[in-house]
Amino acid sequence: MVPVPYRVLRVRRETKDTFTFELQAVTGERFPFAPGQFTMLYVFGVGEVPISISGDPAHPEILVHTVRAVGTVTKVLCRLKRGDILGVRGPFGSSWPMAEAVGNDILIVAGGVGLAPLRPAIYHVLSHRGEYGRVALLYGARTPGDMLYKKELAEWRGRFDIQVEVTVDAARPDEWHGNVGVVTTLIPRAQFDPYHVTALVCGPEIMMRFTILELQKRGLRDDQMYISMERNMKCAIGFCGHCQYGPNFVCKDGPVFRFDRVKEIFGKREI
Amino acid sequence: MDTLERLLSEHPFFKDLDPRYIQLIAGCAREVTFKAGEFIFREGDPSSHFWLIRSGKISLEVFAPGRGPIMIETLGEGDVMGWSWAVPPYRKQYDARALELTRAIEFDAMCIRGKCDEEPKLGYELFKRFAQIIGQRLQATRLRLIDIYGSHS
Repeated sequence: MVPVPYRVLRVRRETKDTFTFELQAVTGERFPFAPGQFTMLYVFGVGEVPISISGDPAHPEILVHTVRAVGTVTKVLCRLKRGDILGVRGPFGSSWPMAEAVGNDILIVAGGVGLAPLRPAIYHVLSHRGEYGRVALLYGARTPGDMLYKKELAEWRGRFDIQVEVTVDAARPDEWHGNVGVVTTLIPRAQFDPYHVTALVCGPEIMMRFTILELQKRGLRDDQMYISMERNMKCAIGFCGHCQYGPNFVCKDGPVFRFDRVKEIFGKREI
Repeated sequence: MDTLERLLSEHPFFKDLDPRYIQLIAGCAREVTFKAGEFIFREGDPSSHFWLIRSGKISLEVFAPGRGPIMIETLGEGDVMGWSWAVPPYRKQYDARALELTRAIEFDAMCIRGKCDEEPKLGYELFKRFAQIIGQRLQATRLRLIDIYGSHS
């Protein structure tokens, strides 16, 4: 697949090393996608990286990505400015089970930049609010300064139809009046029916591991939990094998997996 | 059952505790309210009480010279605050401050220790519950040491 040129429309700084980009195809073409899918972003002359789509699926005219500057490509990517051009391939991969979850409560647990791949699911749930039961969003970050989408979190908190709980690992009392502790400590407070809930979990693998343990304590079955996995990728279409995860390719079979389908390999050191 | 006993039996920490024990420990308890900003205890204070939080939010803080107070944990509805009353040297290791109007049930630690000595089964039950809380907090602390949201992940 050949990358399609996209122009940077807007860049917003989320944290000291994380930026949100709004992109538009140079041809003006729309970019339909499902919540949880990703694209390959190509910075010309530098390289290509898989990045989750973090925009609203109801607005496919704008492609939104939130990128943390951690590697060679993402560091250059985060220096792009309005008007710059980059290549886009996609959308790729599986998505959050928005249709299967209809009629259920929705529990969203995000850690760090893991909120980005979940944001399209949140937009979807809020724009189809009547189709779901109780909705809870639990979000953990290292510090208040590391939180993504602060304005939106505040807006969502202000709604009466979603429970939003945010926590940070440490904070000074003059900068933060919210919860302090890891995201798993919020799970006992979340309001949902454990028999009729779909849990969407995204964050570093270790955070997902402990989140799943906590959700199991609340009575969730493995087939009620979905996780989004990350692996190094190259082709993104299941040919090269770079992202092999046991019998799966994260690019094609994932990144979103129902937990019971990967639980045997999840957390295995060799995989 | 009087109001205090009812409040105790409704709190998650005493879930399914034998009503006889609830009655016994109710004699060591009283309802308290903390205003937003009020310090409940300070680091180094004698650990003479513990609390079951009914509503509101409390921050546990450590004062670091040169950095000021650092919030290390927040506790809210359904949580228990304070376990240093159970182990020597019976001293508070953090500051605790109400972040908002907080209602709690306060226990006199000496009274509770006395009841536990009189009724070892109650003591065993109580310490099992505290051990669970201490384990959960230790686990949460270890997760923070790992820095589970860090950029290296």
